[in-house]
Amino acid sequence: MKVRFRNPDREVDLEGPHTVHTLVEHFELNRESVLVIVDGTLVAGNNQLPKNSEVEIRSVISGGAPLQPGSPTTR
Amino acid sequence: MKCRVCRGAPVIELRQHNAAFCAEHFIAFCRRQVEKAIKKFDMFSPDARILVAVSGGKDSLALWDILHDLGYETHGLSIGLGIGDYSETSSSFSRKFAEERGLDLTEVDLASGYGFTVPEAAERTKRVPCSSCGLSKRHIFDAVATEGGYDVVVTGHNLDDEAAVLFGNVARWQTDYLGRQYPVLPEGNGFPRKAKPLVRLGEREMAAYCVVRGIDYIVDECPMAAGNKHLAYKDLLNNMEVESPGSKHAFYFGFLERAAEWFTGDGEEINLVGCERCGSPTSGEVCAFCRLVERAAVVDSQAVQLSPRPVKERT
Repeated sequence: MKVRFRNPDREVDLEGPHTVHTLVEHFELNRESVLVIVDGTLVAGNNQLPKNSEVEIRSVISGGAPLQPGSPTTR
Repeated sequence: MKCRVCRGAPVIELRQHNAAFCAEHFIAFCRRQVEKAIKKFDMFSPDARILVAVSGGKDSLALWDILHDLGYETHGLSIGLGIGDYSETSSSFSRKFAEERGLDLTEVDLASGYGFTVPEAAERTKRVPCSSCGLSKRHIFDAVATEGGYDVVVTGHNLDDEAAVLFGNVARWQTDYLGRQYPVLPEGNGFPRKAKPLVRLGEREMAAYCVVRGIDYIVDECPMAAGNKHLAYKDLLNNMEVESPGSKHAFYFGFLERAAEWFTGDGEEINLVGCERCGSPTSGEVCAFCRLVERAAVVDSQAVQLSPRPVKERT
């Protein structure tokens, strides 16, 4: 299967089959930090991914420095 | 696992809730979490005029989508930060979202309105980009909300954002910040009311919401944010979440319920007056944003319009 990473972008060819969980573990990713998407559809944990599928692993972590509660003058 | 509601095929598992949801019931779950947050923290009334601060990212667009679907009167505000292609692309997602739903979007551009971009401000002030970015956003949110008579400004801060901020403030015992870390800030002293209706939902849920709803958002990270502490704190908390699902929720909401009040008296009382240039609340003669404009703008700061100047109004 072809695995495309987003944020940051890269592509990897990988021998299947894989479930979402084993795919995430294979790349040593934190399951709380990514989504697995096939053909624009979210796929949940134990689902088997089609052997020749194109899979997107999208990081969900974002954020520059937060808007702090701020000082009373720049709330 | 099957969908907790209909026993159908799930699109997402939420370990912190020991549950899975199909697409339809996941959307309903997210809306319910936002409704709960609004009610629990008394964020705003059903007839409030709401200014939604949108960045083109998953959180703010998902928030706008949910509030609109819940029937609230919403108006978007997008700020052009001038961070190259990243800002252009971000703004285009906000524009597309508003156009597709026939929603109002006000755009304010830092470069044309105030004479500087975030990268320029960082270079000229020798401060980290996130500093001038945050200061500019806060000033413009406040100014547009006040001038437009909005009841509340809402931002797309989610549970991960709030837990990461809390972690950073606890790690450094910044007790004055801890005293003000609450999902709603009241109107007063010249500031508008502010609320964070996504505090019960995590970052992963918001990205999933956008995928399920078909909302296009900017997936790429801000190029200026790389390596900042906030992202590192999020990683730490997600490692904890894997080992102990529900930890982020327990950390943040436990703080609000059991500890936040300990710090509410921290920080000195400051008398605020109107900035002599723009009228914003400040403790000195000139507010922090006007001082930033003075240092960062390439044009004569006296010539720069200091009140918000929408460059494009979409109705």
